[in-house]
Amino acid sequence: MVAPALGDALGPRARRRAAVASVAAAAAIGFVIFIAIRRFADAGQFERRLWEPFLRPEVRRFLWNGLVNTLKAASIALVLASLLGIVLALGRLSRPLVLRTLSRSYVEFFRGFPLLLLIVFGFFTLPRLGIGLNRFWALVIALTAYNGAVLGEIFRAGILSLDRGQNEAAEALGMRRGQSMRFVILPQAFRRMTPTIVSQFVTLLKDTSLGFVIGYEELLRTGQIAGEFFRNSLQFLIAVSVVFFVVNFTLSRIARRLELRQRRRYKAGTIEVAGPEDLVAAGLELGKGK
Amino acid sequence: MEVLLDNLDSFEVGIRNTVALALASFAGALAIGLVVATFRVSPVLPLRAAGTTYVEVVRNIPPLVLIFLFFFGFPNIGIVYSPFISATIVLAAYTGAFVGEAIRAGINTVARGQAEAARALGMTFRQTLGLVVMPQALRSVVPPMGNLFIALVKNTSLASTISVFELTFVSKRLITDTAQGLTVFFGTAVAYLLLTLPAGWVVGRIERRAAIKR
Repeated sequence: MVAPALGDALGPRARRRAAVASVAAAAAIGFVIFIAIRRFADAGQFERRLWEPFLRPEVRRFLWNGLVNTLKAASIALVLASLLGIVLALGRLSRPLVLRTLSRSYVEFFRGFPLLLLIVFGFFTLPRLGIGLNRFWALVIALTAYNGAVLGEIFRAGILSLDRGQNEAAEALGMRRGQSMRFVILPQAFRRMTPTIVSQFVTLLKDTSLGFVIGYEELLRTGQIAGEFFRNSLQFLIAVSVVFFVVNFTLSRIARRLELRQRRRYKAGTIEVAGPEDLVAAGLELGKGK
Repeated sequence: MEVLLDNLDSFEVGIRNTVALALASFAGALAIGLVVATFRVSPVLPLRAAGTTYVEVVRNIPPLVLIFLFFFGFPNIGIVYSPFISATIVLAAYTGAFVGEAIRAGINTVARGQAEAARALGMTFRQTLGLVVMPQALRSVVPPMGNLFIALVKNTSLASTISVFELTFVSKRLITDTAQGLTVFFGTAVAYLLLTLPAGWVVGRIERRAAIKR
């Protein structure tokens, strides 16, 4: 493959050098992998006893429940956070200064506050203020509050990315601001933001692992519990990592494919979806600029 | 309010550890990110594959899982470090992947013509990358870096789960032990704000100085 950003195709001498480097690099990487596996084996981590629990159906079911709990929390949080995000985005774009300031303060506040602490606060302190929450809802509320801010910024960027002409056309047809939002702007913005929303779901799935600290039985916690029970933490943590990777990687690929299809269909730019964290960077950065 | 004042010394230690953790991890992340970005644009296929694998694996696994894997799992194969060092390593590795992506995006922003001109002048790949492309790429990469740093500061809170005495650890204990959760909450919010605002300001300064005059 051509080095994309670095000029044209390689000439014969560079090609030869690249070939040599390829062989050397492949050998080096193979060597590193070999050493890693060797280390693993020497520490006796390939022993049957350590991997045997995975063959038991009750163990698999236990992990499966953890995964289901993770997906449950993330899905509900996604729906609620999307609603909150729309409210915040509209708030920041609205005309009354009060609404704009409120929305902006909300977003800026949650921009700098760690989600972990939010979850702890939600679970331990809100009950004392009269809002009793079980583990699931404490986690979901915290996730919603936090990701609502992120999605709010993303939606705002999405709405602003639409051609001005749409707004003007709606106005020319005599629509009020609310109507133009409802019938013209938001549907288009939403369609554009679909890959972004999928990416944010990936982020949410990762964030649900923080439910660990309040004892919510999501995938990481079930893995940890099982690992401590069978004394093979490393194996279970590897399993948990693999499951997370497979789920998130698949979703990311879907998001990327959606984005490509959108780009082809609408020919207009969407928000660059490079990954969850980049999403935060992109969304919040656009928020800063405007 | 007394809660905050009584525990001011704890807060101070917590903040200091958070800052140390964030700075150390970010330094590591920059180094890792530079390497990752170079791998991903390299004409050498195994390096590209290694870089891409690293980024995809790290991006799709929750950072807390990575921390647990490193701190609770790796001792079983003889890799043991203190909580602080472990957190630094994992956070650097995690953030490094995103830094690498940001740098790669920056590289792709640099006009092709630059690289072509460099090639026309007879520069090697290394010269092209090091003398022409990277300096320009790094200038456009500053704002996303700032956001990544802020995200990193928030991620330092994960170190509290392996008992690193940083700000979230202190707050968590106060929230669960005292009945003054709300006060602690806002006090901590202010503390984190004190950490992220200067970061944003510094980034703004660097951005303005490095701005490419078009």
